[in-house]
Amino acid sequence: MPAVQETVERVRRIDVDQYRYGFETLIESDKAPKGLSEDTVRFISAKKDEPAWMLEWRLEAYRRWLTMTEPTWARVNYPKIDYQDLYYYSAPKPKKTLSSIDEIDPEILKTYEKLGIPLREVAVLEGVEPPPGGPPSANRKIAVDAVFDSVSVATTFQKELKAAGVIFMPISEAIREHPELVQKYLGTVVPTSDNYFATLNSAVFSDGSFVYVPPGVRCPMELSTYFRINERNTGQFERTLIIADKGSYVSYLEGCTAPQRDENQLHAAVVELVTLDDAEIKYSTVQNWYPGNSEGKGGIYNFVTKRGDCRGRNSKISWTQVETGSAITWKYPSCILRGDNSSGEFYSIAISNGFQQVDSGTKMIHLGKNTSSRIISKGIAAGKSQNTYRGLVSAHRKATGARNYTACDSLLIGDKCGAHTVPYVEAKNSSATFEHEATTSKISEDVLFYCIQRGLSQEEAVGLVVNGFVKDVLQQLPMEFAVEAQKLISISLEGSVG
Amino acid sequence: MSLLEVKDLQVRVEEREILHGLSLTVNPGEVHAIMGPNGSGKSTLSHVIAGKPGYEVTGGQILFKGEDLLEMAPNERAAKGVFLAFQYPVEIPGVTTWNFLHAALNAQRKARGEDEISSPAFLKKVREVAKSLNIPQDMLKRGVNVGFSGGEKKRNEILQMALFEPAVCILDEMDSGLDIDALRIAADGVNALRSPERAMVVITHYQRLLNYILPDFVHVMSKGRVVKSGGKELALELEESGYAQFEDAA
Ligand SMILES: Nc1ncnc2c1ncn2[C@@H]1O[C@H](COP(=O)(O)OP(=O)(O)O)[C@@H](O)[C@H]1O
Ligand SMILES: [Mg+2]
Repeated sequence: MPAVQETVERVRRIDVDQYRYGFETLIESDKAPKGLSEDTVRFISAKKDEPAWMLEWRLEAYRRWLTMTEPTWARVNYPKIDYQDLYYYSAPKPKKTLSSIDEIDPEILKTYEKLGIPLREVAVLEGVEPPPGGPPSANRKIAVDAVFDSVSVATTFQKELKAAGVIFMPISEAIREHPELVQKYLGTVVPTSDNYFATLNSAVFSDGSFVYVPPGVRCPMELSTYFRINERNTGQFERTLIIADKGSYVSYLEGCTAPQRDENQLHAAVVELVTLDDAEIKYSTVQNWYPGNSEGKGGIYNFVTKRGDCRGRNSKISWTQVETGSAITWKYPSCILRGDNSSGEFYSIAISNGFQQVDSGTKMIHLGKNTSSRIISKGIAAGKSQNTYRGLVSAHRKATGARNYTACDSLLIGDKCGAHTVPYVEAKNSSATFEHEATTSKISEDVLFYCIQRGLSQEEAVGLVVNGFVKDVLQQLPMEFAVEAQKLISISLEGSVG
Repeated sequence: MSLLEVKDLQVRVEEREILHGLSLTVNPGEVHAIMGPNGSGKSTLSHVIAGKPGYEVTGGQILFKGEDLLEMAPNERAAKGVFLAFQYPVEIPGVTTWNFLHAALNAQRKARGEDEISSPAFLKKVREVAKSLNIPQDMLKRGVNVGFSGGEKKRNEILQMALFEPAVCILDEMDSGLDIDALRIAADGVNALRSPERAMVVITHYQRLLNYILPDFVHVMSKGRVVKSGGKELALELEESGYAQFEDAA
């Protein structure tokens, strides 16, 4: 069955108010007192058994945050966030210290099963059909780190990774077990002072994933983290740090879900990537936080800072994102092209429906010589949503031979939504070649009718046309994710045409 | 029972009446040609039969195998066997032709309560059909109509017709934009699909097409009405004397 058709089939069977992950898991949790103060920061640090340097780092961030103000330049509107009305730490109450996956609370395991995430150490063998034009199905393994509210609950395939020399563990553990690596790289890509949300994250981050791939190693499997917010009124602040040492390669996948809630929940993550000489990181995200209901109530506020530093020569960082969830998305995965001949890529599908507001894009900062970057952005706006691409491409005075290609395409479904493109370009040397293309189109009635005359329903027709529109980006995703993403795209556009 | 019965059909577009009481009866196995000058309402008729939005039916009815066609959603009509070969087939970038055809065929099968057809089985079927119509396999891998020549687009319509096996095929200006060789190939494809169960309604401006697809009946349309019906000789008559003689009748 063609993947799109399969998508549509599956969607049909899902009988929820659009969002299929909106269930809550009933488990006991261990929370920090509500509100934010130095004590909250100390509480989190103590819970994690952190060394003194880490606590100092956090406190410094916290003090700086107190002096900062929330940014207002993005094209998003939301009521003022009361930072004192949130919980900053919530952990599922463990029965005892966990030493194997079998000791995880069965309720949590069930949750991940419902989400279709394999926490058991089994290879992903399911014979899923590749997306159109995609690679044939291969039996591949994915190592998973699952973060539930504020803590990491399981990291699979530890032994195999260890044999390859790859470190993949919750960052809270890495701080204790590999302090030299964490201290060397943490905050060097996104400094604690970077921006309001990143600074807040630096003060209160609770968990996230840490990856170190040693020189010359090609990570033997995809690494994956799934984030889930479960607790009410809880902010989620993950911190991810990935280092690809010289000549190494790693592909990393990130997925996220949250229950349906009437109130808004805050999510402010920081992701830092570092590639040394000849190394490559491929980072893929399928962001599916709860978008709010059909009246615009509830949903996640997603304020994320993601940045990669191509520190070494010939290094490469590639971001691929499929953004379908969240009430508000404020997110600009970026690349600093510091090493000569380094390259950065940003492939994005951002879908907004209902009352969602998306302000997303990328920054490509060319510092080294002969650096290149590529940006392919596909924005799809439906319902009453607003969808903005915001991008910066800059070349430093010394970045001779810098090259960028940018293509931003927007597709509008209906006439109550908006798509906006805000590109900034700064070339400080004359040898830079920057190309920019942008299109905005409406989904055509004639195209829809053509599909419908051939037997497809209106929704199937929209799903098909949109999946075609985003194909170039879908092809960048690892296969399992591409199939998942196709489904999500159709789900998130349900009810977008009347 | 007739396959398709259009009775005294009146249609408006944006408050303006385009069809003023049009009737047409089509039986299984028959090929009807509808001829008429530009603007006489031929495409409007085909769109209303297929259920395109934007047309207001203010009078009359359309029966398909005795059922009220106007009550059915357009995709339901397709599943029941109404096929429209478009004058201007659209392009769908990023969606491969075979993927599109598979999705459409399965949607139709499902609507009829039939089992879906698996990818391998479908691939085999579509390859056979393409081969029988001399359609190169690589067309199936390309985006739907993207970068297709005029002739290729029309052949893609005929491929779909062959694949979906509809009961009634309406071909709107299949000959427009085709040179004589492309026209011949397309007409061969259509002729191969003639059968005692299937009916065709061939809409055309020019008599030329009817040299290749021989109709059983010819209807002349003018200003939203059928003004004359007859056998295939009517087409030749038209070729000699033109449409002008019918303008007054309308
Ligand atoms: N969407 C529309 N809006 C306004 N007028 C239309 C529309 N579609 C068709 N018409 C008018 O209806 C008449 C018949 O058009 P059409 O059915 O396309 O004729 P034909 O196919 O015979 O050339 C023409 O006068 C045309 O201008
Ligand atoms: Mg016409």
